[in-house]
Amino acid sequence: MTRDPMGFALSMMNRLAANPLLDRFGLRAPLERTAYHGTRTGFRALAFAGREFRRVNDWLPRKRLPKRDPTELFDLSLTDDQRMITDLLGRFARDELRPAAARADETGQIPDDIRTASAELGLALYAIPEAFGGVAEHQSPVTSVLIAEQLAWGDMGLATALLAPFSVAQAITRWGTGEQQSRYLPAFCGDEPPVAAIAIDEPIPLFDPFTVQTSARKTNTGYTLNGLKNAVVQGENAELLLVGAELEAQPRLFIVEAGTPGLGVKPDPTMGLKAAGPARLLLDNVEVPADALLGEEDFDYQAFLDCGSLLRCGLAIGATQAVLDYVIPYCNDRVAFGEPISHRQSVAFMISDLAIETDSMRMLTWRAASRLEQGLPAHRETALARLLCNEKAMAAGTNGVQLLGGHGFVKEHPVERWYRDLRSVATLTGGLHV
Amino acid sequence: MNLEIPRKFTPLINQARQVAREVFRPISRKYDLAEHEYPRELDMFASIMDGMNDGAADGGTGAGKLARSDTNGGAGNRNGINMKTVLGLTELCWGDVGLALSIPRQGLGNSAIAAVANDEQLARLGNTWAAMAITEPGAGSDSAAIRTTATEDGDHYVINGEKIYVTAGERADAVVVWATLDRNKGRAAIKSFVVEKGTPGMTVERLEKKLGIRASDTAAIRFDNCRVPLENLLGDPDISVEKGFAGAMQTFDNTRPVVAGMAIGVASAALQKTRELIALTGIDLEYHHQTWTQPAATRELQLMEAELEAARLLTLRAAWMADNGLPNSKEASIAKAKAGRVGNAITLRCVELCGSLGYGETELLEKWARDSKILDIFEGTQQIQLLIIARRLLGKSSAELK
Repeated sequence: MTRDPMGFALSMMNRLAANPLLDRFGLRAPLERTAYHGTRTGFRALAFAGREFRRVNDWLPRKRLPKRDPTELFDLSLTDDQRMITDLLGRFARDELRPAAARADETGQIPDDIRTASAELGLALYAIPEAFGGVAEHQSPVTSVLIAEQLAWGDMGLATALLAPFSVAQAITRWGTGEQQSRYLPAFCGDEPPVAAIAIDEPIPLFDPFTVQTSARKTNTGYTLNGLKNAVVQGENAELLLVGAELEAQPRLFIVEAGTPGLGVKPDPTMGLKAAGPARLLLDNVEVPADALLGEEDFDYQAFLDCGSLLRCGLAIGATQAVLDYVIPYCNDRVAFGEPISHRQSVAFMISDLAIETDSMRMLTWRAASRLEQGLPAHRETALARLLCNEKAMAAGTNGVQLLGGHGFVKEHPVERWYRDLRSVATLTGGLHV
Repeated sequence: MNLEIPRKFTPLINQARQVAREVFRPISRKYDLAEHEYPRELDMFASIMDGMNDGAADGGTGAGKLARSDTNGGAGNRNGINMKTVLGLTELCWGDVGLALSIPRQGLGNSAIAAVANDEQLARLGNTWAAMAITEPGAGSDSAAIRTTATEDGDHYVINGEKIYVTAGERADAVVVWATLDRNKGRAAIKSFVVEKGTPGMTVERLEKKLGIRASDTAAIRFDNCRVPLENLLGDPDISVEKGFAGAMQTFDNTRPVVAGMAIGVASAALQKTRELIALTGIDLEYHHQTWTQPAATRELQLMEAELEAARLLTLRAAWMADNGLPNSKEASIAKAKAGRVGNAITLRCVELCGSLGYGETELLEKWARDSKILDIFEGTQQIQLLIIARRLLGKSSAELK
């Protein structure tokens, strides 16, 4: 429906009437004009955060983590390292993330102790080659997926926030030039790793990450970026961003540091994942140097997206598993008509289905990740895993609330948060990379 | 971690695929139309298969030698007979489910023998083509409620009762019959007995006319004072809960992944054919990250592919667990539930996507959509699988979660 003059006036009144400052300073009329003309309103400059990523003169040659040798036998067991990491993060998720989740959802902030604790875990180290200060010897998408599962079991919003810098480190390790790696990767191995995020999504229905509206124009000194990004994880605190933009009809990624003129940011809360602090990012003639273009001849945007999809699948599995693990004791304890509701097939079968589909998501995702790890083509497998997770994760979210009935609808239980968080699985593109 | 099929199974898969393509597919429609006619072609093929099985170090394509590995004593990861059987039957059912069920000496009755027989019985009956008789007119999923009795009389058991839905019941050399030694002692008294073809008192009453798998005969059998030697009771004659019914039910942990594999086989036949036919229309079938702007048919095909892949991997997981001696009751049911329902849904949707071409008898799509239904029913219906899974997850007994 188009907005007629009456509707326009009503909308205006509604938005501004409540603000007494406007009248006191006589600002009502000028604001009316600016508020609705131009998308720039509300953005503040994304300021320099005090960390300098110095250009390195004697940079190390580009490092690419090798793939693992193919394994002969079908095997679902984890390696000792993987078991150690999943145990550690499983405990972290249970003891730290889960108790902090409700408050983080409410405030849209990562609690300081969680930030410190996760820096101590040194997640990014697993992504970064030894030459740059990390511990990674191989590409390990399987381990990345396992990490995402564990963290998201604790809280998907916090997990997304904690994994965003890890993902940027992964992407620079996977695609960056030697200069880019030498310049940025060591910072992720320090005591206070930078807040970093990948900005792909744009506020467009049927958004396709292959046809981004954000543009990159070549200049004499580098590139000029223009566009609007949303759902940028930790956008307001970001020190480093990987921004997707179209360059000469090809989607590419640009490394953009906070403090670059023309870079605006504003909070952009979403249905869920509130703890991840999603923000909208405005690029208004942002000038970046020529070496801000991520990667060289081996850059593969499709593979980049695949890697992001896999990590999101990992998050989806973790959150879905959380729903399953929560509804089992609830339905065993909740009594109706004289016996636990889990004694009814209509309830019990929903739980069986949850388990079947959680495992379905897990098997498809693990297979895609293990193919990637062994250097086998994995695009089809990743696409199928993501498609299935898109469908089943939300079904798990909605059934989680349904099984608790009215109790599921109130914030006394976490299932309403999981419902909101799980809607993100099929919705978001950016932020993640294995 | 590795979820690829090991290379050592490539020859077996190829072999099964050749059989499916060169033996089953050409006669698939013929025996769908000529229900109850014995597929003569299978005799020659069965002897070839016996040869292949005997030559193979760890068994061949059929379900006849399914067995559970002992708990893995640190011997490392194993990909064995369970996985192999699943892979072989998946391929054979890509050819034709009904014919795959009619291969002599490879029936599920043989896996029951393999699972519970003692060494003497294995040696004596291992090469017998055995059918499985559990269901009765009054007891299907509720197999503990069977009324067929076995009464000891000297050196024989005397069996009385009526069994239905016995796959290959008329063609097989013997039937493995579930009967109770004492109706008052519940499920612990249920034992399985091998009744050889031609034993007086055993009569095939009729062969069913069915929705699908028409190449496979399905018999109703009456036992009227049918005497079998004492040594034909499979396993332990003592009435005890762990050794009795529970043991027999454990057979399902091995056979359910195989039936899941069968569903995957027929569904992949339908999906492959549908994809080929739809590709001829020239629409975009690529795997994209954003599928909403692709044709609806493409999205549907990819969703079916994802569901089928999930079913396949869940099935391999259940078989892998059995090969490694890990308890897999829940996982076997998860595989069967998932494969049974997506197998059926996929074959039906493929008919729909192909329109009247899919619905007609020129193609096999409509046949596959009929064949797939039984795979969500036998060896435990969808609903029984969901019950088993739920009881395990919720820690409930069958008395609590009914």
